[in-house]
Amino acid sequence: MTALIHRRGLLLRLGSAGALAAALPLALQAQERPSGGDPLDSLQWPGMRKQYLGDAPMRFAPEVLVKGPAFADDAMNVPMLIDARALAPVGGGIERIDVVSDRNPIREVLSFEPLRALPVLAFRFRMEQASPVRALVKTRDGRWHVGSTWVPAAGGGCTVPGSTRADGSWSRTLNQVNARFFSNVLEGSQRLRVRVMHPMDTGLVAGIPAFYVEALELVDAAGQAWWRLALHEPVSENPLLTFELPEQPRGVLRLRGRDNNGNAIDAQVSA
Amino acid sequence: MTRRLCALALALAAAIPCMPAMAQVASAPAAPGTPIAPRPPVSLDKARLDYALQPRQIAPGVWVIEGAVEDFSRANGCNIINTGFIATGAGVVVVNTGPSRRYGEQQRRAIARVTAEPVVRVINLNLHPDYFFGNQAWGDVPVQALAGSIAGMQAEGQAYATNLYRLCGDWMTGTEPEPAREPVAPQTLALGTHRLELRRLEGHTADDLVLIDHSTGVVFAGGLVFAERVPTTPHADIARWLRSLDALEALLPGIPRALLVPSHGPVTPEPSGIGQTRAWLLWLSNMLEDSARRGLDLSEVLQAPVPAQFQAWAAQPAELQRTLAQWYPVYEKRALLGPLQAK
Repeated sequence: MTALIHRRGLLLRLGSAGALAAALPLALQAQERPSGGDPLDSLQWPGMRKQYLGDAPMRFAPEVLVKGPAFADDAMNVPMLIDARALAPVGGGIERIDVVSDRNPIREVLSFEPLRALPVLAFRFRMEQASPVRALVKTRDGRWHVGSTWVPAAGGGCTVPGSTRADGSWSRTLNQVNARFFSNVLEGSQRLRVRVMHPMDTGLVAGIPAFYVEALELVDAAGQAWWRLALHEPVSENPLLTFELPEQPRGVLRLRGRDNNGNAIDAQVSA
Repeated sequence: MTRRLCALALALAAAIPCMPAMAQVASAPAAPGTPIAPRPPVSLDKARLDYALQPRQIAPGVWVIEGAVEDFSRANGCNIINTGFIATGAGVVVVNTGPSRRYGEQQRRAIARVTAEPVVRVINLNLHPDYFFGNQAWGDVPVQALAGSIAGMQAEGQAYATNLYRLCGDWMTGTEPEPAREPVAPQTLALGTHRLELRRLEGHTADDLVLIDHSTGVVFAGGLVFAERVPTTPHADIARWLRSLDALEALLPGIPRALLVPSHGPVTPEPSGIGQTRAWLLWLSNMLEDSARRGLDLSEVLQAPVPAQFQAWAAQPAELQRTLAQWYPVYEKRALLGPLQAK
């Protein structure tokens, strides 16, 4: 299975490289584009690889699904879906998924440790301009598998205040949590959708310092974490997060976390 | 909140619709009920920024100038709206002024080529930019709209302009949003040989004006009716919109030789746009509700296929994606916070 996936990835990479070469002017074909083999040909990629992956082995992995809108009409709420289930049998399983956006003023969007959840996550984030969006998936063998997509956008989403900041209502709902389980959206799986009320200020709007949720985790009655999430400034206001659990945890669940001002998030999540 | 909504409205303004070129050049006055053949696509002159507007007569004294049945683009000059005019014998009434100053100016010249009557009144049927961005060409004529539409034009005009300049480029040069100047109330006007009813409906926007020429049967339905094109929804209230479609449909049998002119979509003798728009809105609202109840995320709903009956319509996938980006979060929130559903 692993070998098959690697082979498919290789073929896809060869295919896209061929298409790229055909599209390039002859003069450019003689030398490799300085985008480090990035299927999206982003000149930021080599620097990002060095910054986020160091010298660790990596490959572009088309089987890591990164789905964005055909056009990000609302640049303050760009919906993304990451699905790395195809990597489950690879490299001892998934350790973490880092989501980054090449051309955002703050590139890091979030880091997701699926733990006992499926490696599937939906969320929204702010985009300042059209950009590649990537899921950097690290398997337990230390290898990285990179899924990418291109999201066109008019942009500007990072540099305007969110609606609850603009009307001042954020303080009345700060860190309130709503959550609900849904069955069988993915067959046999329990979906958990969580919303945390928070202005998620990026720090890029004049006079409004960065103020954002930086950590969340779902903990069961035995104190075990089911998933862990580190959020960064670009995650949209009042984050709405969608997780998939292979089964519904028994007993009382708690969603715990904090924002960067040290305010605690602690809410019971009932089925 | 205001700023956020403005940003959204900007983006959504892009969604405003269009129609394919359909008129026969210099057509003879069409006998009411005569099938109207689509005209070949108009070829714009991009170098001269000439929309090549060609008025097509659809009834005695009534012409339409049809836009492309597409989404806004530089290729179509962002001319995606059907405008029209009625030469009443006591002056010309112009319906909508197009997406730019240039359009308004070329529309004015096109009308002058067809009739020597002076234009006595210009009407913008709603607040969307392609209904009023040509108003600059009509500074010496009363330009009217419903009061609510005028307030909306004033509030959102700059945001529309930002968006259209981005989408349409040079075609917009010199365009400034110039809202209608005179509020007009629903009423019936006797002008020359034409009896023109201005009827207020709602749902596509908060104030949707419909102009009914009882003398010829031509109904300028404005944004309430889309034909062969995905409806735009930045200011929509689906329940009210559906009621207005029912009202519009109920009106038609009482209008001899009724001929419906949607703002976006081909002008055809069959008023099929009413049924199409209704079918879309019903599918859309059910799909939003059902998806939210099942727990789907917006990113998944964006990928859901459109039913076969709609797949050939213009402005896809952009228009539906705009609609979903704006409205699905409302349904999601309801599903997350509301009482558990029985199902």
